[in-house]
Order: sequence, then structure tokens, then C-alpha cells
Amino acid sequence: MGLTSIDWIIMLLYFASVLGIGAVLKRYVKSSTDFFLAGRSLPAWICGLAFLSANLGAQEVIGMAASGAKYGIATSHFYWIGAIPAMIFVGLFMMPFYYGSRARSVPEYLRLRFDEKTRGLNAISFAIMTVFSSGISMYAMARLIQVLHVLDPIFDRLHIARSGIFHVSVIASAVIVLVYILLGGLTSAIYNEVLQFFLIVAGFIPLVWLGLKNVGGWHGLSEKLPAAFTHSWMGMSSAQTNPLGVDWFGLVAGLGFVLSFGYWCTDFLVVQRAMAADSMTAARRTPLIAAFPKMFFPFLVILPGLIAIALPSTAAHLATTKTGSAATTAQYSEGLIPPKIDPNTGRPLLDRQGKLIMDYDLAIPNMLLHYFPTGILGLGLTALLASFMSGMAGNVTAFNTVWTYDIYQSYIRPHESDEHYLWMGRVATVFGIALSVLAAYAATRFNNIMDMLQLVFAFVNAPLFATFLLGMFWKRATGHGAFFGLLTGTVAAAFHHGLTLPIGEPVGIKGGWLGPILHVYPSDMAQNFYTAIWAWTTCFVITIVISLLTQPHEESKLVGLVYSLTEKPSEKHLRWYARPAALAVVIIVVLLLLNIFFG
Amino acid sequence: MGIDIRLPIGLVFSLVGILLTAFGVASNNAIYQRSLGINVNLYWGLVLLAFGVLMVALGRRGMRPRGKIE
Repeated sequence: MGLTSIDWIIMLLYFASVLGIGAVLKRYVKSSTDFFLAGRSLPAWICGLAFLSANLGAQEVIGMAASGAKYGIATSHFYWIGAIPAMIFVGLFMMPFYYGSRARSVPEYLRLRFDEKTRGLNAISFAIMTVFSSGISMYAMARLIQVLHVLDPIFDRLHIARSGIFHVSVIASAVIVLVYILLGGLTSAIYNEVLQFFLIVAGFIPLVWLGLKNVGGWHGLSEKLPAAFTHSWMGMSSAQTNPLGVDWFGLVAGLGFVLSFGYWCTDFLVVQRAMAADSMTAARRTPLIAAFPKMFFPFLVILPGLIAIALPSTAAHLATTKTGSAATTAQYSEGLIPPKIDPNTGRPLLDRQGKLIMDYDLAIPNMLLHYFPTGILGLGLTALLASFMSGMAGNVTAFNTVWTYDIYQSYIRPHESDEHYLWMGRVATVFGIALSVLAAYAATRFNNIMDMLQLVFAFVNAPLFATFLLGMFWKRATGHGAFFGLLTGTVAAAFHHGLTLPIGEPVGIKGGWLGPILHVYPSDMAQNFYTAIWAWTTCFVITIVISLLTQPHEESKLVGLVYSLTEKPSEKHLRWYARPAALAVVIIVVLLLLNIFFG
Repeated sequence: MGIDIRLPIGLVFSLVGILLTAFGVASNNAIYQRSLGINVNLYWGLVLLAFGVLMVALGRRGMRPRGKIE
């Protein structure tokens, strides 16, 4: 891909500073709280940027651009509807209980509020999920390095077979993440997430700027693309008339409420960043500070996808996953997006309707290659590598905390010294990463198993927010209610998925595996959203019913855990712009303006 | 805790900025055909350098010991 020494120097500089930050932070890690919660000592802006970055893994960056190329600006709903309201909610209403209860993790909050079995269910499913997510990050990074031929010249010069590139990429990323977490714990991970945030911004601003300049600005872009691609709300009244294939109720209730609140308000990966804050106000401001850059990220990560399809097709500097002939690639490309090529025939792959299957995931890599000369290309690549690494590190730090506090300390070895748990945290980091490497290799062999696992995770996650909502705002909710609500919610998700199918899909991983197909959805996104809605509603109703049938918790034990029994945090001493509620109002106004301009 | 994060970030960006600027000055203009004839290394290098220096300055100020604010 034409990298020269300057690109390598920039990449190596990044890796050196990542390890350097870990080395400097090492001497500040003295207790398990330092290691797992950064000593609860970080200012709000650092936690806020880390809160944002932990979610901004490279799959997210690449996937959002891919989705932009496929669906257009409507993809920004994943940010505007699918993140911002939930981020405001967790900051204003939920953080007082997470931070105020002094729980050290989200599962621990469930232990305090409900009971042991609810915590166990959440802790174990979360631990498994983080290991797999980090493994998938590793896998995706190694694949991208292969596709872009980053390491090919070096391997050729050293006379090593190119098949080793995948192994070297996986092992190298594992070792680097391992070293910097072992050294600095969560602080290391958070510092690197903040660095990654700035790198992504620094790498993508010039990309978007050059791309926009080339297509004639936003105006030129809207002229080159179908109208629905540059108007996020166009055709949303019905699933048939918009690119996503989802109606507005499915979008708002499924994505905007169930899935988004389920992720941003209950996922320990992000909540852990806010728990590391140095005060209650800082913890509450964390997601609100993150919401500001989040609102504008569609312009950095989705626009490149739109620009990529608006450009004229050219064979020059295109990367394709499989070696198809350059001519075939150019002939079937949409702008910079090549078709997927069948490795056996060298012909483009077609779907069941005979349409080309485009390799949208190459939108970002191809944009970088198209616009960036050597030098800044190194910066763009570093930004991508950085987001892979922090994606892994985020999962590993969440894993070692939940493992040590919620599984090891609770069920295996309680009552040990703090040093012992600090030691266990380091050991957990090692085997967490070892398991991620295994997961990365599993992904190469058994693609279907990975898809299935992700489906199961989706079932487990979908009902979660109902449990937290009732837990925090209804003092009558009980442990039995929460536990069985979660279980039935997960089962409801599985049933809904097994009884419905997106249009034109075969029975199997996409749904319909329970036999009768009761409903056909216009797209798999619509099916996902409604699966979530069913799961959430079931969990909500069952939790209420079982809670009413079981013994209520003593109110004295719920102080600090439930809204009606907890003193409201005072904001009187803060200046207006430092008050979480004022920040939230500003965010909502900006969000409305964005939706009006790009609606 | 420990070090002010703006210091390492400022250092990384200053170094990358210096590298890109220097490379931008020294490089042959032919490679900028891709970037619409604009020497992105030079200009973006300068922007990153300015950002890096600003972060270092803020970080040094942040590291200075000050009275306890609780």
C-alpha cells in the first residue's frame, strides 16, 4: 500500500507512547481501587472522552462508514437517537445510584439493589461477552492489516511467508494491550482511550475535508446521491420508503429506547469510565461531556462512507478482500466501494436477488488510500490501529474488574487482602487476553459460531434496561422479580427471533428457526429492533408481576439505591454551565438543530 | 492521578506535527496529486504541532502544585 519510513515512524511513535504512558503510571497503582477504578480520581473531561472512546472501537468506525455508504445519512440515527438521549439519562438520573452507592461495578450494583443470583447472571454473561468482543476486535484488526497489505513488504524482505501476518498481528496487539494494562490498569486504558479520541479526530478531519472539497461540499454531495441519502428523516413514516427498512416506531422504541438505553445505561464497559471520576458531579457530567463530540461524530465517521460512494469508480489504489482482477473490481465498483469477489471464480458475488454484494467495510480503508499521501497516511492508519487497541483494552479492563470483584471475590475467594485482589486483577488481565486470542482464532475457523454468539448476547442484553429502570425507580421491585424478569426477557427475545424472519432471508441464523414464521420484517434491522422491544416489554411486565407476588425489600436497605429513597444531589454550589441539567438542555437543543438541518 | 494526561498527548501530537511538517517541506510535490494538489502533510502537520504545544502548556500548568480545592 505504499507506506514509507515516515508512516512507520508515526506508527512506532504511537506504540512507544502507549507503552510509555503505562510505564509512567505504574508507580501510581498501589491498591485494587487504583487498578480497577483508576483510584476514582479522574476529572470529568477525561472520563467523558474515555466514555466516548471506549465505544468508538475500530469496528464502530469502519462499520459506521460502511453503513453510511449503504444507507446514507440515516445512519446518524445510531448516534442521534441511538445514543444521545440515553447518555443524558444515565448522567442525570442513573449515575447518582451507580456512583453514590459506591458499587465497584454494574453487577455489584445489582447485588446491592436486588440479590446474589441477579448479580451472578449479569456478571457471568458480561464477562463472557467482553472476552469475545475483545477477541473479535483482535480478529478484525489482523484481517484489516492483511487486506491493506501493511506488513507484506516487511515479510517479503525477511523471507517469511505472508500467511504469518495474521498471527503476528494478533500476538503483537495482544502483547501491547497486555503490557499497558498490567502496568497502569484502568488509568492506562483510559489515558489511551483519550489519546485515541484525539488521534481519530486528527486522522479523520483532513480525510473528510479533502473528500468534501473534492465532491463540491455538502451541496455537491447531495446532488450526486439519492435524496434519501442526505436527509436523515426522509421516508421514515413507513419501513418501505426509507433506506434502513424500519418504521419510525421501531426506530425510536427499538433503537432509541431499548437498545440504546440498554447499552449506554447498563453496560459496565462504559459505566466503568464514569465510576473512575473524582466526584459525584464529575461522574454525572461524564456521559454529558461525551455527548457533545458524539453528536458530531457522524460527520467524521459516516460522511467518509457517503463520499466513498459519490466518487467516480476507479481501479486506482483500491483494496479488495480477495484478489479479483483490477478490471473486474473497477467495473463493478460503486465509487470507492468494490464488490465482494468470489475467491474461486474471480467473479463478483451476487445475493439471492442477483444483486452485487458490496464490500462496504472497505469504505474507510479505501478513502484513506485514495486521499492520503504517505506521511499523513501513517497518521490515518495509526488512528485506526489506536481504535482497535482501545477497543480491546476497554473490554479487558471491564473483564478483569467484573471477574475479580463479582466472580472471584464473591464466589471463589472472599475475605482476602486487597493485595490479593490486585494480584488477581493482573492474573485476570493475562487470562482475559489469552481467552481473547482464542476467540480471535475461533472467529477465523467458525464464522457461524461467532454470529450465533452475537445473537445470544443480543438476547441477553435486550431486557437489561427494564431491570435497571425498575430497580432504580420502583422501590417495590424485588430480587426474584428482577432475576426471572431477565430470564423471561431473554427467552422472549429468542422466541421472537425464532418465529420471525427478515424478507428474502433463509431460515437459520437470521430467524425462523422455531418452525412457524409468524411475521416477516422488511429488513433485519427492523427484526432486531422489534426483538429488543419484545424482550424489554416481557422483562418489564414479568418483573412487576413477580415483584408484587414476593416479599418486598426493607426500605432501610434501599437508601442510596432507589430514587424515592435517595437524597437528590445538590448542584447549588456549581456555576450554571457546570450543572449536569444545564449541560443536558444545551445538548438537547443542539441535537434538535442537527436533526432539523439534516432532516 | 499521577501525570496530567495533556502532557503525553501534547508530546505525541507535537512530535507527529514536527515529523509531518518537516516531511511536507522536504517531500516532492508529485505525491500530493491524491490530496487534490494540497500539501496536507505540511498544513496538517502545523495544525497538529500547534495543538500539541497547547496541550503541553495546559498540561504543565495542570501539574503545578496548587492549594487543595475540595
